[in-house]
Amino acid sequence: MIVGSVFDFGTFISELMRTYPFFIKAAIITIQLTIASILIGTVIGIIFALLKLSPVRLFRMIANGYITIIRGTPLIVQIFALFYGFSQIIMLSAFWSAALALAVHNSAYIAEIFRGAIQSIDKGQTEAGRSLGMSEGVTMRRIIMPQALRRAVPPLGNQFIIGLKDSSLAAFVAVDELFRTAQGIAAGTLNTMETYIIVALYYLLLVMVFTVIVNEVEKRMAKSEK
Amino acid sequence: MKEMIRVEKLNKSFGDLHVLKDIDLTVNEKDVLCLIGASGSGKSTLLRCLNFLEIKDDGVIIFEGDQIEPKTHNLNEVRQKVGMVFQHFNLFPHKTVLENVTEAPLMVKKTNKATAVKEGKALLEKVGLGDKYHVYPSKLSGGQKQRVAIARALAMKPDIMLFDEPTSALDPELVGEVLETMKDLAKEGMTMIIVTHEMGFAKEVADYTIYMHEGRIVERGESKAFFEHPKEERTKEFLSKVL
Ligand SMILES: Nc1ncnc2c1ncn2[C@@H]1O[C@H](COP(=O)(O)OP(=O)(O)O)[C@@H](O)[C@H]1O
Ligand SMILES: [Mg+2]
Repeated sequence: MIVGSVFDFGTFISELMRTYPFFIKAAIITIQLTIASILIGTVIGIIFALLKLSPVRLFRMIANGYITIIRGTPLIVQIFALFYGFSQIIMLSAFWSAALALAVHNSAYIAEIFRGAIQSIDKGQTEAGRSLGMSEGVTMRRIIMPQALRRAVPPLGNQFIIGLKDSSLAAFVAVDELFRTAQGIAAGTLNTMETYIIVALYYLLLVMVFTVIVNEVEKRMAKSEK
Repeated sequence: MKEMIRVEKLNKSFGDLHVLKDIDLTVNEKDVLCLIGASGSGKSTLLRCLNFLEIKDDGVIIFEGDQIEPKTHNLNEVRQKVGMVFQHFNLFPHKTVLENVTEAPLMVKKTNKATAVKEGKALLEKVGLGDKYHVYPSKLSGGQKQRVAIARALAMKPDIMLFDEPTSALDPELVGEVLETMKDLAKEGMTMIIVTHEMGFAKEVADYTIYMHEGRIVERGESKAFFEHPKEERTKEFLSKVL
């Protein structure tokens, strides 16, 4: 074993220059995967948050069951289950089965984020809405949700970053995103360490861009209340 | 005198706590009524039963001739006619002052935008906030917030207004402006029920004052007589403490 050859800076730089066309293509797929799974996950998450807050016991039980199962099982198992299981029944591309699995996984956490945010809104807000003759639905949609959404932005941003990194698991069902691309390159060149450091940098860059966007959204929302 | 609200044998409990006990109450059109009593005596609960934020256990609530039951009536429609002003304002922080006022007419009554804005501005003008349309509530003083809340309730053109300690959360120097606004409303003939600790206001503005103690109405009288010659021992005792 030659320890000195684990990492070579010259190789790192030349690989960085050589591989960027592949990685940029892969990064786009990672971004698409992340955005699709987060958008779908947010919609499912809001639905389960509302179910969990419903006065109907059955709805609450369904939501609790869903959240418990999703949070209590590994993401990679969920991805495989969807890819090898459901994709037999309905034709799903690797991309969409991974996106859906990630969406479902994120939705359980997003549901809890929204539940907490909705519950944190002062009861007086609901009472003010209802006392003006608004229905429960209108009060939720026009009064509670917009405020809850604001409060949910920081934890949602955090969840989005986790979702971005988790999307790397889609590599295992052959989605050509960043991580799978790195695996392919590393296997071909045997520049293992350099390649994985390069892909790590791409993830880091994406996370940083995401963070800036989330902070910006947070600032804008805070401003509109001033 | 047209009857606006009649309550008969109203009872309400929270678990084992019997909060309202056989409340009988009649409010006629244009009446201004003040509700006084120690903290915990059930004043808020009574008001909240009147607009169905709390649902009575038993008894009768007749609003404008209709006996209202949550099972048979659309409470959202009833509440449109019963304005409510809260101790802590409960303004919508994500909406501007004007949007606070126009929200319910737009969403509930489906008033067209131009009309809602025009009426909303007129109401804000009336409560002395004609220069604050596009400000967010967080920028307002407590007194200004409460006046926006009053305008917001009035925007639904209610037949009666309920006030639950509207000045209790205010700095002393801001109480006057809110009481003035309410006095103007009373002069215009608005029917009002006001829970308050402002005895001077009750005596001056209210037609009737009611004293509640431990969930019961102890005494009701025309305000002047009520404060000058209370009949019940309990009332005398309470007034001697607060006056
Ligand atoms: N939602 C509730 N659940 C349980 N107890 C309540 C609730 N609302 C009020 N109470 C109780 O009912 C009693 C009367 O309260 P309230 O009507 O607010 O009195 P007041 O407005 O005269 O101070 C108090 O003992 C209070 O703690
Ligand atoms: Mg009270």
